[in-house]
Amino acid sequence: MAYDYAKYLRKGKLPHIWCAGCTYGIVLKSLIRAIDSLQWDKNDVAIVSGIGCASRLPGYVDFNTLHTTHGRSIAFATGVKLANPNLKVLAMGGDGDMTAIGGNHFIHACRRNIDMTVFVFNNNIYGMTGAQYSPTTPKGAWATTSPYGMSENNFTITDLAIGAGATFVARTTAYHVAHCEKTMKEAFQHKGLSVVEIINACPTGFGRKNKFKTPTSMLLWMKDSAVNVEKAKNMSQEELAGKFTIGVLHKIEKPEYIETYDATVGLKK
Amino acid sequence: MAKKVEFMMGNYAVAEGALYAGCKFFGGYPITPSTEIAERMAERLPQVGGRFIQMEDEIAAMASVIGASIAGAKALTATSGPGFSLKQENIGYAMLCEIPCVIVDVMRGGPSTGMPTGPSQSDIMQAKWGTHGDHPVIAVTPASVQEQFDETVRAFNLAEKYRCPVFILTDSIIGQMMEQLVIPEPGELEVIERPMPDCKPEEYLPFDMDKDFVPLAPFGSGYRYHITGLHHASDGFPTNDPVLHTKNTVRLIERLNKNYDDIVKVEEFMTDDAEVLVFAIGVTARSAKHAVVEARNQGIKAGLVRPLTIWPFPEKHLEKLLSKNTVKGIVVPEMNLGQMTFEVQRVAKGRCGVEGLYSLMLDPILPGEILEKIRRFV
Repeated sequence: MAYDYAKYLRKGKLPHIWCAGCTYGIVLKSLIRAIDSLQWDKNDVAIVSGIGCASRLPGYVDFNTLHTTHGRSIAFATGVKLANPNLKVLAMGGDGDMTAIGGNHFIHACRRNIDMTVFVFNNNIYGMTGAQYSPTTPKGAWATTSPYGMSENNFTITDLAIGAGATFVARTTAYHVAHCEKTMKEAFQHKGLSVVEIINACPTGFGRKNKFKTPTSMLLWMKDSAVNVEKAKNMSQEELAGKFTIGVLHKIEKPEYIETYDATVGLKK
Repeated sequence: MAKKVEFMMGNYAVAEGALYAGCKFFGGYPITPSTEIAERMAERLPQVGGRFIQMEDEIAAMASVIGASIAGAKALTATSGPGFSLKQENIGYAMLCEIPCVIVDVMRGGPSTGMPTGPSQSDIMQAKWGTHGDHPVIAVTPASVQEQFDETVRAFNLAEKYRCPVFILTDSIIGQMMEQLVIPEPGELEVIERPMPDCKPEEYLPFDMDKDFVPLAPFGSGYRYHITGLHHASDGFPTNDPVLHTKNTVRLIERLNKNYDDIVKVEEFMTDDAEVLVFAIGVTARSAKHAVVEARNQGIKAGLVRPLTIWPFPEKHLEKLLSKNTVKGIVVPEMNLGQMTFEVQRVAKGRCGVEGLYSLMLDPILPGEILEKIRRFV
């Protein structure tokens, strides 16, 4: 029997705003499957997003959903979680939203280790505003604000998260749908802050002018470039050139923020 | 039982007032001269089952307060000039999304980093127009340590009652001075709790444009809905319909206008037969009261209008006094270069003289200076 996504969707709010060939719809399905597999009560889930194409996702799903200001989803989510730690809190946004305007909140969330999950939908571009370069746009790539090619160095989001102290860091792609679902589920089950970077395709804003002629060619690029992190351990630098790893890249145990705070201040609920 | 009487700093009194009102969350970022509010809340909140967090910046602090309120907690933040500026985008979010919360601005001189340790009253217009777009504003203006407490309780009540952010505009003199504070017994001051919707969750319209007020159901309460900073329809989902945009914006502004008498609080001192009025808030009003008493001693019919709510602007109160046609002039002393004077002039409509008395000298304006201005009208 086909999988029933309907019970998690706000049917009156579809169709979505995403362009043909955009991969956010694929990721949305993985998200629903991951949440469904954990049998979370819909009333207990709060999804918080910033601004941009990716950040429109919460509007389509039947949870407590909060579409905030640009870059601020994690800061809003922090307040939600501290006021009601029983909520399962997910903060999400695109690469620009999370690592440019929201970069400060991102690194401090990693440092604090509050029990919530942060998704960074990385399509290497500002999609909604029409293809300006983001902190993850690769060197040399075209964007409307880098018409001669991107000249800045780019962030590796997962390295940034690990460096800032995140206790669970993973990467997956919109092509690897089963892997995406599995990775999300693992992130949800991690106690502490989990960061999941999801490589996405923006055929309209990025692909069209960066030698990806069709949406399919972007998915094939994900397929060909992603190397499982376990497999990568046995590969040379030469073999890994031009590729990226997917899977759980970093996982450690550290005391969770709210538990630590409550214990430190002698707070009894 | 004897009243609990303390000798307390004004900033601490804000914190204690917040706790009395049932505040359970503070998200802040240190900034002089407001920091003692955060410090007091850091110590006191856990004692009443609440949580404090020092966020990474002012923007995050404001965001966390909104998030906490959406999850059901009465929430507070405190800042000063530059921090208030940084918070403005998210304050606008709270305005549009009707999120109850309280924001203290302990005013200091500006613009920019300005005068960190000097008092000022120069955020009157930032409070009104700081964030973009049209929206209503409530701002209260305490003038003593006791009022720092009482007006904070009132600010929380107004936030819950009208489902909106409420500002406490104070300054570093009132914030950092120490005075007697009589702490009310529980139940002595009214504390308004957030109501829950009584409809079925599937019928809940969190932003119902056809109603004056809809309770904000906390996330996790079983009422699942969407909140967005985009202009939205009654169900909370984005709309580009200019008619709905207009209707909703007007509705929010009218909600406060219709309740002027409940929101706007003004102390009038010797105004009944006054020929010269002094219009002043906060620390300046304390000097103004001395000036009025001295003027009366000299046979001048002076009176004081002291708003405890500066937004909505107390224009009905002023209008009532001016309609008697006995007022020759209004003196407006303020620690800026005329922000409040413009508003008084707007209401006076040329019916009497309006003279501002401005100072950026980082000391309170003295009674003698105000008296001198009063005398010019007689």
